[in-house]
Order: sequence, then C-alpha cells, then structure tokens
Amino acid sequence: MNGIQRRGKEALARRVAQDIPDGAIVNLGIGQPTRVADHFGAGRDVILHSENGLLGMGPAPAAGAEDFDLINAGKQPVTLRPGGAYFHHADSFAMMRGGHLDICVLGAFQVSATGDLANWSTGEPGAIPAVGGAMDLAIGARETWVMMDLLTRDGRSKLVAQCSYPLTGIACVRRVYTDLATFECTPQGLRLVDAAEGLDREALQRLVGLPIA
Amino acid sequence: MIDKTAATLADALGPVRDGATVLIGGFGTAGVPEELIDALRQQGARELTLVNNNAGNGDTGLAALLASGAVRKMVCSFPRTADSWVFDDLYRRGRIELELVPQGTLAERLRAAGAGIGAFFCPTGYGTPLAEGKETRLIAGRGHVLELPLHGDLALVKAERGDRWGNLTYRKAARNFGPVMAAAARHTVATVHELAELGGIDPEHVVTPGLYVDRVVRIDRVATRAGGFRQERAA
Repeated sequence: MNGIQRRGKEALARRVAQDIPDGAIVNLGIGQPTRVADHFGAGRDVILHSENGLLGMGPAPAAGAEDFDLINAGKQPVTLRPGGAYFHHADSFAMMRGGHLDICVLGAFQVSATGDLANWSTGEPGAIPAVGGAMDLAIGARETWVMMDLLTRDGRSKLVAQCSYPLTGIACVRRVYTDLATFECTPQGLRLVDAAEGLDREALQRLVGLPIA
Repeated sequence: MIDKTAATLADALGPVRDGATVLIGGFGTAGVPEELIDALRQQGARELTLVNNNAGNGDTGLAALLASGAVRKMVCSFPRTADSWVFDDLYRRGRIELELVPQGTLAERLRAAGAGIGAFFCPTGYGTPLAEGKETRLIAGRGHVLELPLHGDLALVKAERGDRWGNLTYRKAARNFGPVMAAAARHTVATVHELAELGGIDPEHVVTPGLYVDRVVRIDRVATRAGGFRQERAA
C-alpha cells in the first residue's frame, strides 16, 4: 500500500479523542483504547468511567505512588481526579446499561457493516472463554466506538458482512476508527467518515470487500 | 448485645459445608479477602462453587484454593489472565466447571439475590453464545435475556472499617463486589483494617449496613499479594 499515510497507534488514539466532546462521560475499555485519554488536551473536561467502580478516573500515578486499592479495569494503578466518585459493581454496570455513559471505546476482532461486534472470543477449540465487561459496555453505552487495525496480519478485512467469531453484541457499534479509515455502521451498511491520505473510497472498498457509502 | 466481631479468621468463618456456594469479593489487587480465602482453604470444605470476577492469579489466595481441589465450579466473568495457570490447568483437564457470566450480569444477579428479585430481563448478551438456552423476550423492540439471582451460602468480603453491628465502609476501588455480595449471601463475613466504636462510622458514610453482615474480623494491613498487577503498563 504505497503512498498511504497509515495512522499509527498514537495517531489513531488522537483521531478518536478528536471526536469526543467536552463534558462527555466515557469508558475506554482496556488495552489500546486507554491511549485515547492522553489526547484530550487541556481544553476539554472528559469524565472517565472505569467498570470496577470509578468515575473521574485520572492518569497513572508516579512510580512509587501506586495505590493498589485504586486501579482501573485493566488492573493497572490509576488516580482519581477531584470530583471523582467510587461505587460498587452493580452501580457501575447500571451506569452502562442504564444509558448514562455517552461513549465507550473498545477493541475488536471483527465488526459487521451493520455494527455487530465480536471482541471477546475467537472461538478456538481449547481456548478458555473470558468476557469481562465487554458485553455490558457494548450494548450499554449510548454510543459504542471501535478502535482497531482495518486488516488482520494476513490482510483480511476485520470489517465484515457477518461476524464469524462469537458475537459480543448485535448492531451496537456506531463508529469504527482504524489505521486506514473511519467508518460509521448503519442499518444500511458502512458509511465512510474519513480515509488516510492516499486512500480513496474505491481502494477502501477493494480492501474491505463491502460497499461503502 | 449484638457483637459480630470475631477474634480469629477461623471463628469468623465458622463451619462451611461441602457443596456450599461462596461469594468472594475483589477485583485485581483491590478488595480481595485473601485472609478469608486462606481460612476457607484451611477449613477444608470440598465441592465448593465459587463466585468471583476472576479465577485466581499466581499460586496464592484463590489460586491456592483451586489447587487444593476444593472447588467443583467457578462462576466468573474473566477466568483467563496472564497468570491464571492454576485455573487454566484444572479447566483443560476437565477438573473444574466454568459458568461464564458477563461482569455486569454477575453483579446484577448478586444484587437481585440480595434484593429478593426472582429474575430479571437484561439486554446484555442477547444474540450471543452466552444467551444460548436462556429465555429471551423483546421489550420495547430490544432483545433481553432472562437472568436468575445468584445466591450465596457464604460471602467473603474485604472492607476497610467496621463496627460490632457489622456496618462497613470500603476503600477506593476495593468496594467493587463487596456490597452486593454481602447482601446476596445467607452468611457474610467481612475483614476490616479498623474496628470502630458504634457511632464511630458516620451513618452518612456507611456503605454496607450491618444487617447484611454476620461476622467482622480485624486484620492487619499488608502489602497486597493479589494477582493481576504487572509492573509494566498494559499496551
């Protein structure tokens, strides 16, 4: 893919952060999406929710200042911002299911054109299944966004007509941010939001193998 | 006079029958009742069903209880972690049963048990393999799954402060499953780092009112041995 300005991990995190409005209440899942928090800048007040009972989560503490009673969903030490709150697990997931979170950002194995999400199991025989809070987040937040590479290592699209991996939720993904383009999932299929420099709609359609409006 | 304080962990735990369902609080390094888990292992009950968000880390605490062969079934949302080798091995050898529950459904099933709710319809998991075999219903056009309450015979909870009536406060994210598990079990045992006089906990700050708690035992504050923490930040 010569001449294409592929977004690196930090650029992708910056791209997602760009679309999160001031005042939003956001859950950043675990792993790659947590990088989004580094790119809100000083002008925006975004309240981060963590499934294990934190609202107003702050950045990692300085080395040596870790408090092992204050961790995030990925079990890494974090801090709490002034104005933050602690609550128990049933309240934390009520916040999700009850539609009180504006946005959650998750990773994915596959997303279908209409927004079905597969991100918890590859369904491999012998694998030990683990789901955590992924299913609750996927269907609970008012908008679920996915952040992932568009293609697998062997070049197949992770945006698909129908997920072949076990589902996390049905028609729950609104936007998909990838290294090569940003998409919206709609009942009618994929809509292009933006594409990396050097990549046009036709080239993207060839990569994805699906119509893109 | 009501005095729920116990002098030792073994006294606090009391008899535990074989086949009991034990709710164990904690998430990552926070709120894991490690001392009570060790006391349960030493007490020797077998054929246990354990409810915990994870399935043990490393070789201590919950993992040691699993390794002792005392556990028939694990109910959890996320058994597989980098250092969950004890569970992984038991599971792969068919020596332990797993009921995988989405984390929020796990919390709400516990809450329902404590609140006397017979069952509830929940949108989480609809259309996924975790809803297979469960009753479903469309409510306001949205698919829901029927979920049953999750009762415990015993709950083990790590709290911060307590008093002789069993009132509890927690510390930061160590609250996690403690309040819902305390309410969902017939017998609830809590460790605290500090025993307060009655009235010493501001009633506005009581998180778990004492009626949910049967025994309180004070333990020293020690550096956590709970698993899940890795020095390097997750990628």
